[in-house]
Order: sequence, then C-alpha cells, then structure tokens
Amino acid sequence: MRIFFFLISGCLVSIMAGCNPETRTLPILGAREPVTKVVDGKTITDTVYHSIPEFQLLNQDSILITNHTFDNGVYIANFFFTHCPSICPIMQRNLLKVYEQYKGDERVRFLSHSIDFRYDSPSVLKRYAEKLGVTNDQWQFVTGSKAEIYGLADSYMVYTKEDSGVPGGYDHSGYFLLVDEDKHIRGVYDGTNDDQVQLLFDELAMLLKEYE
Amino acid sequence: MTRNSYLYAGAALAAIYLSVHACQSEQAIRTAQYAVNGQKLYAAQCQNCHGAKGEGLGKLYPPLTDSLFLLGHRDQLACIVKNGLSDTISIHGQFFDAEMPPNPRLAPIEIAYVLTYVGNSFGNEMGIFTLEEIEQALKACK
Ligand code: HEC
Repeated sequence: MRIFFFLISGCLVSIMAGCNPETRTLPILGAREPVTKVVDGKTITDTVYHSIPEFQLLNQDSILITNHTFDNGVYIANFFFTHCPSICPIMQRNLLKVYEQYKGDERVRFLSHSIDFRYDSPSVLKRYAEKLGVTNDQWQFVTGSKAEIYGLADSYMVYTKEDSGVPGGYDHSGYFLLVDEDKHIRGVYDGTNDDQVQLLFDELAMLLKEYE
Repeated sequence: MTRNSYLYAGAALAAIYLSVHACQSEQAIRTAQYAVNGQKLYAAQCQNCHGAKGEGLGKLYPPLTDSLFLLGHRDQLACIVKNGLSDTISIHGQFFDAEMPPNPRLAPIEIAYVLTYVGNSFGNEMGIFTLEEIEQALKACK
C-alpha cells in the first residue's frame, strides 16, 4: 500500500514538472484551419492559426496607428471605456502594474480599445491616460467606429455589446489578451482577478523568452 | 457626613462609572458591527475605484485617506455616496475632477455602514455614522 502511494506521488511530481513554466510554451489560441499547398511538386498540409487582422485606429494623440505599431514586440490588449463604473477601474489598475514593470522595455506594449465610440474621443482618452499615470507611447488608447472596434473585439475573442441595461451602457468582459510578434493570441486573462493577473506576469515573461 | 452616606455616594459613583463604561463598549461594538457590514458594501460598490486600501487610482479616482478632507466634509459624505460627485476637489493637495457615479439603490442604513467602514479604516478615525446622522445629512443634499 505504501509503495503504491509512493508510485502515485512520484507520478504526480513528474506530471507537475511537465507544467514547469521553464519548459512549457504557450499555446496559440483560437480557431485553426488546415491548408494544403503544393511545394516542389509535393502536397503538404499546413495549419493557419487565428491571428489579429490588420487595423487602423485613432490614438490618444489623434494619430492613426496600425497593427504595425506593435511589430517587433508583444502586446497586451483590452477593451474598456473611460466612464465605465464597474470593472474597468479594476482592469486598468491591474494593467497599470504590468505597464509600470515594463515601462521603458520596448518589447512590451499595451493597447486599450475604447468601446464607447460616442464619448471617448482622442482628447478624452488623452486626459484619461495622463490621469491613470501613463507617460509614454508604450500604452496606446484607441477609438474607432463601432464596426471597427466591435469587429476587432471578435478577433480578440472578447465579448462587447451596447446595452442600456448595464451600468455605464456597455456590456463587455474584462479580459487581457497576450499577443505575440506574429499577432497570435497566446494567453487570455481575467483582468479583474489577482491570480489571473499574476499568471499574465508569469506567462508574459515566458513569451519574451521565446524571442531571446 | 455619616459613614452610610459615604457608602451611598461611592455606590452611586460606581453605578455611573459602570453605566458609562458599558455604554462606551456598546458603542464600540456597534461601530465594529457597522464597519464589518460596511466592508462588504465597500468591496462590492467602491473598491473598484477607490482601491482595497483606499489608495485611489492615479489622478482618476481620489484616495479615501485624506482624513482632513473627510472630517471637514463629514456632513456631506452621505450625499456624495448617494448622489455621486462631479466637482473639482483637492485630496492630499492633488486636484481630482473625474465623476463619481450615484448609488441610488443604497439605503440610508447601508450608507451608514459603508461610511463607518471608510471613516474608521485607511488611517481615518471618525467614529460611527449612525442612521440618524445619515438621514439628517441626506435631507440637506443639494
Ligand atoms: C466609478 C468610480 C467610483 C466608484 C465606484 C466610487 N467612487 Fe467615490 N469618487 C470617485 C471620484 C472620481 C471621486 C471624485 C469626484 C470629483 O472630483 O468630483 C470620488 C469621491 C469620493 C469621496 C470624496 C473624496 C475623497 O477622496 O475623500 C468619497 C468620500 C467617496 N468618493 C466615497 C465613495 C464610496 C463610499 C463609494 C462606494 C459606495 C464610492 N466612493 C464609489 C469615483 C468613484
């Protein structure tokens, strides 16, 4: 009986070692499609992973930024609005912690999309960013048409909806999306949950190791 | 004075002392009860903006640690919680002008709970906010 226990716990230890952050790489999240193509006369099957499409959005300085603004590095995206009375202050408080840790490290950028396309003009976003404590362009705050922003939210797999029944008028989920250099989503974290935010810290460090 | 009257006086003093003392600890218990109830409300309704330690968030949401501001505005706090605030205020010498949303669904007793919690946490020592004090203050809201 004892020996049996030892065996079991030995297995558990080795399984747990398999989850060791040093050896694990992050998955690529989202739908994937097999594509077949012909290379040198041979038919091969490749996988196309879900990725963030190209975009053009107006930032807090009224400058059009694109997906290329985030090239050569990883970024963390989320969706919020400045007048949000509920979860956004918690999300932004937590994202600010990550920003402060990586401030000055150009490998990591931040992208907050406002889903309040009526009120959150660039100047409103600018004032918000300043008051939050964002002092450089590593963290972009963007606005766009409803179709653009809500379409992008779908690509980031984040639920957003105009809903007069919820406080603030917009319903959305408070996720942080970790996006790699190839615009693949590598992690999804509940930005209102301390444990999940810690996981983001850990997995962001793992992802950066891939590029060292 | 006779020996008996000394005894009576002593007993009377003791009785007064005991009743005052009992009152004080009853008050302390009630304050603690209000604060415990208030902590739950705070976590659900205020903490997202004002922070778990009342630290606020940048220049967006003010901290609740400015005891001088809170003491100076004691009679307005119930109205701030109930009706929100969009004003320019100075907290620890820093200006804040974002908007605090109203809490129309908070009952007066809940406002008493949450203010007793805030008023006796984060370094503040304001004592209890009774239901009577809150009802009185709410009548004077602008
Ligand atoms: C959506 C964010 C938000 C929420 C939720 C919120 N507040 Fe506020 N609060 C603010 C802002 C912003 C101000 C400053 C308003 C101004 O400058 O006019 C403020 C000001 C205050 C003040 C006066 C200034 C100070 O710092 O002492 C008190 C007291 C206060 N809030 C208490 C509360 C309590 C209690 C709750 C929960 C019932 C609460 N707040 C919920 C954003 C919020």
